[in-house]
Amino acid sequence: MSGNIWVLAEHWRGHVSDITFELLVLGKELAGGLGCPLEAVLLGHGAKGLAGELGAAQSVLSVDHPSLAEPNPEAYATALAVLLQEHKPRALLVPLSNVSADVLGILPARLRVPLANFCKDVGVVDGGLQATCLVYGGKMETTVSVPGSTVVLGILPGSRAAAEGRVAGSPSVVDVALQLPAEGRVRFESYVEPAAGDIDITQQTVLVSVGRGIQTQDNIELAEELAGLLGGAVSASRPVIDQGWLPLTRQVGKSGATVKPKLYLAAGISGAPEHVEGMKGAETILAINMDAQAPIFAVAHYGVVGDVVELLPLITDAVKAKKG
Amino acid sequence: MNILVLMKMVPDIVEELEVGPDGKSLDPEFQRPIVSERDEHALEQALLLKERCGGTVTALALDTQDADDVLFTALAKGCDRAVKVAGIDGPLATTEVASLLAKVIPAVPGLAPSDLILTGCWAIDDLDGMVGPLLAERLGMPYLGIVTGVGAKAGEGRVTVAKEYSGGVRGEFGVTLPAVLGIQASEKPPRYVPVAKVRATMKSGKIDSVPAAAPDEASQISILQMKKPEAAGRAEMLEGGPEEVAAKVLDLLSARGLV
Repeated sequence: MSGNIWVLAEHWRGHVSDITFELLVLGKELAGGLGCPLEAVLLGHGAKGLAGELGAAQSVLSVDHPSLAEPNPEAYATALAVLLQEHKPRALLVPLSNVSADVLGILPARLRVPLANFCKDVGVVDGGLQATCLVYGGKMETTVSVPGSTVVLGILPGSRAAAEGRVAGSPSVVDVALQLPAEGRVRFESYVEPAAGDIDITQQTVLVSVGRGIQTQDNIELAEELAGLLGGAVSASRPVIDQGWLPLTRQVGKSGATVKPKLYLAAGISGAPEHVEGMKGAETILAINMDAQAPIFAVAHYGVVGDVVELLPLITDAVKAKKG
Repeated sequence: MNILVLMKMVPDIVEELEVGPDGKSLDPEFQRPIVSERDEHALEQALLLKERCGGTVTALALDTQDADDVLFTALAKGCDRAVKVAGIDGPLATTEVASLLAKVIPAVPGLAPSDLILTGCWAIDDLDGMVGPLLAERLGMPYLGIVTGVGAKAGEGRVTVAKEYSGGVRGEFGVTLPAVLGIQASEKPPRYVPVAKVRATMKSGKIDSVPAAAPDEASQISILQMKKPEAAGRAEMLEGGPEEVAAKVLDLLSARGLV
């Protein structure tokens, strides 16, 4: 198994994550380029049944242990460190998601192997691995070479189409028994569900979504008024939620909701990868931002370079006038 | 509880960024350094813990441009001590920073032992590693990241940590101290401190300067090129004065049956 391409098969609360399938597509390309097999690594407790969904891989390494029942980063990193040292894959692809990102931090730190993070693409160039990474909130793209006999790659969501990796099949499943500590220094205790009662932003036809460009909490009213007229609701990017200007239930992106409204009006949102992840599937995306270079304009269908605080009331007035 | 907060400067990405003459890094001319946003949250979380459980908070930063402002601001917000690591030569990769800090922290009286080391997780330039887990491994501590809340009782030797997943779901973890936590967001927004108070702190407070150590590890990846991303798709831009643009937006909404 030495020299193979590995994908960490992320699953959470009983389901294989979409990003796992994206990584399987990318992993398959790399394995093709290097002329080696693609293997998925499935860690969990009673999760072996998910292996059947990982048909894009030739084989699945399955570790079943009570300490792996939930994605406890320390337990996961401990298990993966043993596997990597024993089998020496060429590369381990890890999803850059909230579930797996800590593993991505801990594992290379523990094994002192190279990490390339924020990869939006990875390729084989002259037999070596080269990654294209999005840094500075998506404003710069860096090409890096990743030397080393075993490397870890943190892959951003959206690197490939998940649908292509969703290949059912019967990959050969290799059970690996590992001696892992029953209780480590980091212990999963429970899940805390979000407070109910607020509107569900995933069910809205129109979202007027506010970002840093809205400037103040009072200005959120400007978005509320327009959203109300259009029969929609207000959502937000992380900085607005972190300021406490809107509840967590309104957050779009990696940590929040994935939304697919008919119209997504991104008002003063720069378009960092972790936000784009949650809204790129919207039918029409209209972005308003002061910065003509903002990455949001790469995903939006329509764009306006301007100040949302000035433009939102004008759009609201125009809609009111039309409605009479 | 004694808490150490690591604060790092990053370029403000609200400003336009340019690639430097080497084609591999940012042009320093165009950078306005600000403290990494999540490190501000790490500081806030530390101050909240101190208010609830007592103890001390120390802020530590590498002595790069504007680090003094950041550290005086931290003191003005309620930190007990500010430490800067002097003698930093040029930009360092995250692996190098972690290697350096793993030598400096144990060597400075009062910095070790800390019960908790808090830092922001995922700085925007953490290309080759994250300082939290790198440091945790080198100091033999556990690490948990994407943290949005920390609960503690004095003398328990553990903390209860809220970790963020998606869709607003959080996981609660018990973490044995000492530990390193990567903060995604503090329980409350970072507190505001008036400029006048920061200025007063600059007169009355002091920043301890400690010497840097040479990192004994370098980044294992090499940057071949940096450039502005070429957009795969590009929005159709609506041009014109504000009223004109508003009218075009209205047309767009009407065409989709939304008005």
